[in-house]
Amino acid sequence: MIDLVINISLLTFLAITAVAIVRMTNLFAIIMLFGMFSLLTAALFVVMDAVDVAFTEAAVGAGISTVLMITTLALTKDQDEKHPGCHRPWLPLAVVIVTGAALVYGTLDIPAFGDPDAPAQTHVAPYYLEKSIPETGVPNVVTSVLASYRGFDTLGEIVVVFTAGIAVLLLIGGRHSTSKNKKNKREENDA
Amino acid sequence: MFIAVSLMILVTLGLILARALMGPTIYDRIAAINMFGTKIVLLIASFAFLSGRTDLLDIALVYVLINFIAVVAVLRLVEHGDFHSSGKGDDY
Repeated sequence: MIDLVINISLLTFLAITAVAIVRMTNLFAIIMLFGMFSLLTAALFVVMDAVDVAFTEAAVGAGISTVLMITTLALTKDQDEKHPGCHRPWLPLAVVIVTGAALVYGTLDIPAFGDPDAPAQTHVAPYYLEKSIPETGVPNVVTSVLASYRGFDTLGEIVVVFTAGIAVLLLIGGRHSTSKNKKNKREENDA
Repeated sequence: MFIAVSLMILVTLGLILARALMGPTIYDRIAAINMFGTKIVLLIASFAFLSGRTDLLDIALVYVLINFIAVVAVLRLVEHGDFHSSGKGDDY
């Protein structure tokens, strides 16, 4: 019962935040609301017992991406464009409605939430549930799958994320280093 | 009792959300997101005792750390960055 109340309240807040993000024009407020959106999503994941996903969502969504977006805003503040005056929203709205309707139609064939006969629960999940503790010794089954059975997959993901992080650091940090270089060059010229 | 606590936290979340949406200055919004993270952590903690999964408390502690780091980073960038002006003439 209380689960239901918490779920409905969190989803309502999520919807309010999403609409506010779309409607607002103040970029700083939008970034703050993005952080709130991530925290709400993480809380929803916790309520749905997907703790590892919630942890990732909180770390990436509320922590890192807030800092990255704030940094980008600080670098691009004086280059923001004015909002375009008017455009016809009807074609994009129609496309979105049709796509959403198709997706909702697609969910009709999906097995119910937590259905024990769903293909996802009958394929390899029983093997992991039975063998993960004797084979890996990790108490959390999800962690054993991520870190042991799919270790190389996780390693590849980390390499991708690491590369993306380096690229972002190069893009954001480039301006600082060039201004420092200019200062150094000036000092050298003065000397 | 934990049910009552959870409900009160949900009400507080709604109030904080209203402040974040209306908040005239950026400092209102920063305070709002800080409070929001704290309340989400409290909600997770009370939900952990409600559902008997007390291992969620570790997750709640990590959320506190992440929220703290994010708010400190935002405050540093507001102080040293170049958007002082957006605090005075908010235009939304």
